[in-house]
Amino acid sequence: MSQNIKVEKTVTIDKPAAELYSFWRRLENLPRFTRHLQDVTVSSDSRSHWVTRGPLGGTVEWDAEIIDDRPNELIAWKSVPGADVDNAGSVQFKPAPGNRGTEVKVVTTYNPPGGAIGDMLAKLFGESPKQQIGDDLARFKMLMEAGEIATNDGQPSGHSHSKD
Amino acid sequence: MKAVCWHGAEDVRVETVPDPTILNPRDAILKVTSTTICGSDLHIYDGFIPTMKPGDIMGHEFMGEIVDVGPEVKHLKKGDRTVVSSIIGCGHCWHCNQQQWSLCDNSNPNSWMQEKILGHGTAGIFGYSHAFGGYAGSFAEYIRIPFADYTATAVPKDIPDEKLLPVSDAFPTGYMGADLCHIQPGDIVAVWGCGPVGQFAMLSAYLLGAERVIGIDRFPERLQLARNFAKAETLNYEEVDVLEALKEMTGGRGPDACIDAVGMEAHGQGPEGLYDKAKQAIRLETDRPHVLRQMILACRKGGTLSIMGVYGGFIDKMPMGAAMNKALTFRMGQMFGPKYIPKLVEHVVNGDVDPSVVLSHRLPLTETKQAFEMFKHKKDQCIKVLLKPD
Ligand SMILES: NC(=O)c1ccc[n+]([C@@H]2O[C@H](COP(=O)([O-])OP(=O)(O)OC[C@H]3O[C@@H](n4cnc5c(N)ncnc54)[C@H](O)[C@@H]3O)[C@@H](O)[C@H]2O)c1
Ligand SMILES: [Zn+2]
Ligand SMILES: [Zn+2]
Repeated sequence: MSQNIKVEKTVTIDKPAAELYSFWRRLENLPRFTRHLQDVTVSSDSRSHWVTRGPLGGTVEWDAEIIDDRPNELIAWKSVPGADVDNAGSVQFKPAPGNRGTEVKVVTTYNPPGGAIGDMLAKLFGESPKQQIGDDLARFKMLMEAGEIATNDGQPSGHSHSKD
Repeated sequence: MKAVCWHGAEDVRVETVPDPTILNPRDAILKVTSTTICGSDLHIYDGFIPTMKPGDIMGHEFMGEIVDVGPEVKHLKKGDRTVVSSIIGCGHCWHCNQQQWSLCDNSNPNSWMQEKILGHGTAGIFGYSHAFGGYAGSFAEYIRIPFADYTATAVPKDIPDEKLLPVSDAFPTGYMGADLCHIQPGDIVAVWGCGPVGQFAMLSAYLLGAERVIGIDRFPERLQLARNFAKAETLNYEEVDVLEALKEMTGGRGPDACIDAVGMEAHGQGPEGLYDKAKQAIRLETDRPHVLRQMILACRKGGTLSIMGVYGGFIDKMPMGAAMNKALTFRMGQMFGPKYIPKLVEHVVNGDVDPSVVLSHRLPLTETKQAFEMFKHKKDQCIKVLLKPD
């Protein structure tokens, strides 16, 4: 029995909605801050092709279309029929009170398929899809506010150091 | 390069590790000319800070010379001599804009770890566990400085390291401790702990207009430094009943503000001390709150508690009833580095303050283990150890 999984997460970013919307609307930008997306290619104003990184070098791919687009307010997308994974998402930009920037809310839903792809997806999203989306949003915020994503990958450490 | 790595409680080793490289466009690489052990490092050394991993390079109070900069570093350049804030801030988030640098939203790649423990993520700190970003620390010949334009401050070349080094961490921490007290004319400020942080808190309380300052500790050399350097009156808590003495010294009112410059490993006396020590040893209680309890009882009604001593987890038996009914204000935090550092550099350059007086010992980096043992047990009248990487 497959069941829709819905995840939502909100973060406040100290930038105007217009700037955040424009960055996100260029869907090719998404892999710059999401961990699992490897590539997004845009083929028309509403059509795009998404490729996610899977374990052991595998990939899961689908075509998506924009189903709602309100400049500076909301972008919503959905996989087209026949996708490996049925999924949909939206991002909403709402001014925060008192010059605190913009509240950015992401909602994603997906219908986990069975079989090999289902297993791969489960690994991809780990035990906590909410954590994943939260992490991606935190990285989006870093990129937008600070211009780069904080990291310690590749720094020195002593003996017997296990990787993060 | 040489670096001092943590491997477990009381186990630090000098190792050869790869040199750091620029990882992000706003990074700089600094050649460490001086670094020092902070009370916070003791909490790590003693194994009380969670999410340390074997091999982590320790150290967060330091200065040195910039040897490389990333393409987006705008204000600093190769050859600049800088003092570095122990706390890393991105300079652009809402909290950094409010000058609350230790609350930075963007400098901690592992903030998700903190969300689970603290509810929210806070700033990255050099050499201070993975929950605080897992950044390699300053007990090394070189260190990578993220967001270098904000994290590092250029300083004049003609002032010795000794005078500027404490401006990296201990001095701004003490200064913030006093700043949080919102000192009014006539205020008497009591400071628990006469370590380096406490010394700077006392001195800063006077700089910010306190009428009188009282320092509390048990080590005679530290109490003496409090009298000579910070011009404080002192109390030895092993010789007097602190609560009684403070009342007598303040006309029965109690100090208007109390600063905690001790933190989670406070030394407790009597049955209360044994209770917390036992619970902390088996991790039923992560922090020993003797000083907090005493401050709540000592403070004037309606007064302020300023907590700069570090706490990591949970405490027991807080006299919340006293705090509530006396309408106390609690203020606290990891220090807001870049908010204070330029002003404190100015104080040093002008000759108003000579922070080097807290440095009692100087050792090569290769003797960090000995330095920790000396500092931990306050042997040989140790107050603070300067470590030289070369
Ligand atoms: N908030 C921050 O950003 C920040 C930055 C640096 C240091 N710190 C913290 O500040 C604290 C002090 O640091 P330090 O470098 O001065 O350390 P330190 O170990 O040199 O000083 C601590 C002093 O507290 C005294 N003490 C212990 N128990 C006491 C008690 N019951 N009553 C009165 N005094 C007592 C000790 O004798 C010692 O002199 C530590 O907890 C450290 O982690 C916080
Ligand atoms: Zn410190
Ligand atoms: Zn910030």
